[in-house]
Amino acid sequence: MIEFWSNLHPVVQGFAKGLAVILVIFPIAGACSLAERKVSAWIQGRPGPNRAIVPWVAWIPFVGKFLQRLGVFHLMADGAKFLFKEDPLPGHVNKLYFVLAPVIALVPAFTTVTVVPFGAYFDELGTLVPLALANVDVGLLAVFAVSSLGVYSIILAGWASNSKYPFLGGVRASAQLISYELSMTLSVLPVFLWINTPGAAGSLSLVRVVEFQSQPGFWGGAWFIFTMPLCALIFLIALFAETNRQPFDMPESEADLVGGFHTEYGAFKWSLFFVAEYAHMIIGSGVFALLFLGGWNPLPWVPLETLVTTLGVAHLPPVVGLLSIGIFLGKVVAMMFLFMWVRWTLPRFRYDQVMKLGWQRLLPLAIANLLVYAIAIAFIET
Amino acid sequence: MAVIPVERKPLSLAERTYLPQIVSGLKTTFSYMFRPKVTMEYPEQRPELPSNYRGVPTLVKDPNGREKCVSCQLCEFVCPPKAIRITPGEVPAGSGREHVEKAPQAFDIDMLRCIYCGLCQEVCPEEAIFLQNQYSMTGYTRAEMVNDKAKLYELGGTLPDQHFKWDRKKEAEEHGNTH
Repeated sequence: MIEFWSNLHPVVQGFAKGLAVILVIFPIAGACSLAERKVSAWIQGRPGPNRAIVPWVAWIPFVGKFLQRLGVFHLMADGAKFLFKEDPLPGHVNKLYFVLAPVIALVPAFTTVTVVPFGAYFDELGTLVPLALANVDVGLLAVFAVSSLGVYSIILAGWASNSKYPFLGGVRASAQLISYELSMTLSVLPVFLWINTPGAAGSLSLVRVVEFQSQPGFWGGAWFIFTMPLCALIFLIALFAETNRQPFDMPESEADLVGGFHTEYGAFKWSLFFVAEYAHMIIGSGVFALLFLGGWNPLPWVPLETLVTTLGVAHLPPVVGLLSIGIFLGKVVAMMFLFMWVRWTLPRFRYDQVMKLGWQRLLPLAIANLLVYAIAIAFIET
Repeated sequence: MAVIPVERKPLSLAERTYLPQIVSGLKTTFSYMFRPKVTMEYPEQRPELPSNYRGVPTLVKDPNGREKCVSCQLCEFVCPPKAIRITPGEVPAGSGREHVEKAPQAFDIDMLRCIYCGLCQEVCPEEAIFLQNQYSMTGYTRAEMVNDKAKLYELGGTLPDQHFKWDRKKEAEEHGNTH
């Protein structure tokens, strides 16, 4: 099986991996939209979507009923609805770019997944082998570079829609991205200052960040959220802003922009925007988990290696791999829940407040934070 | 009115970051996830209606299963949107109810016009028309939304009667006591 795989042409391998990403991320993003509906409902004291059911599942006692109450079939129902409902193309839009925008939204979202490691296992020699589609050394830089491209789709959608609210939404999205991208990048620099030794070859690899958080000892095993809480906070706030989530969902803001950049969109094109948005959220959560929450390490000060040796499965790579993916996904899911939870807790900021927070509060804070950590790290390492 | 100047305290650093407030807000929303849900799941669960609920107007029969409406047409005249249309008819001889003289031949209430005001119920001297607790009227055509006499009696059913007015009238008549 493994031989057959490695004998394949690299292009075929890449194609298969790409297909796997789409097949995994698309349903997960769909599931997130369902989870969003459910969590919103629970927080608002409603049961949420709980009606759709496939007939032959309904025949299973208890389980069928439980799944129905959980609303899992609404995922399929929503998907089918988006696929088959009428897809209107307004007469006043720029047709090429209007259709292109949702496609462009998906590309960076799916491309970023390739460089995010989502698990690891140990080979015979006991070295850690990360599970990632492309374990590149530029890691985080690639994530930042590609995921920021996602805003082009929003600008394009806003512009191609040729009406004022989508246009305002697109402009807001670009302004917001620029404002928060700086703080976001500055907030993660201390992490990479810390994991790279001066003089030696540096790395921006996300795998290395996780390895750094799985070292023995009190300081080695501490997740970066404990040693660098301010970095984590700035990164988290910037993440909310970059993924256009409440309280920063200026590009959409139903209250003042009707639907923002997707006002003119409907049916499947609309849903593509949301798959992209959720994919961005998932990747953002994943990066946050890798950087600050110890990646696939189960608990602070308990690295994956300790767990698998305790369980006695260290020599079984598939088990370790699945376990690490499970732990990592658990953290991502927790982060996704935080996104939804915050959505129903905080009201949306006004546009000028978003700008003020970004430029006058977060950016100076990020710079000061970087300086303080740079000086501290310089003292510790020399 | 005395003016009480309230001192506005400057915000502390923690308050200015808003983070403690956000955390307390998160706690509140989280606690709401586990409270009992307030939604009524409609078709299965129905709201409990008060006894004086004004639903769809219906015609009722008395406990002996006899028609109470005497087609006086007061409801037709009082109906503000003119939703009621009555064709009066005679009570046929030999039914034992000839002394009532009149009964509706046709009785149509157009539910697309009805405003559920309840004036028909208020005006009815025979206590024959009642707005009961049926509130969900739907149909695919305009014709479907017109309740005819049969439908009205089906919806109305039988309600208790305190007077049995026409029985007592007949009794009084037979005993030579016509007023």
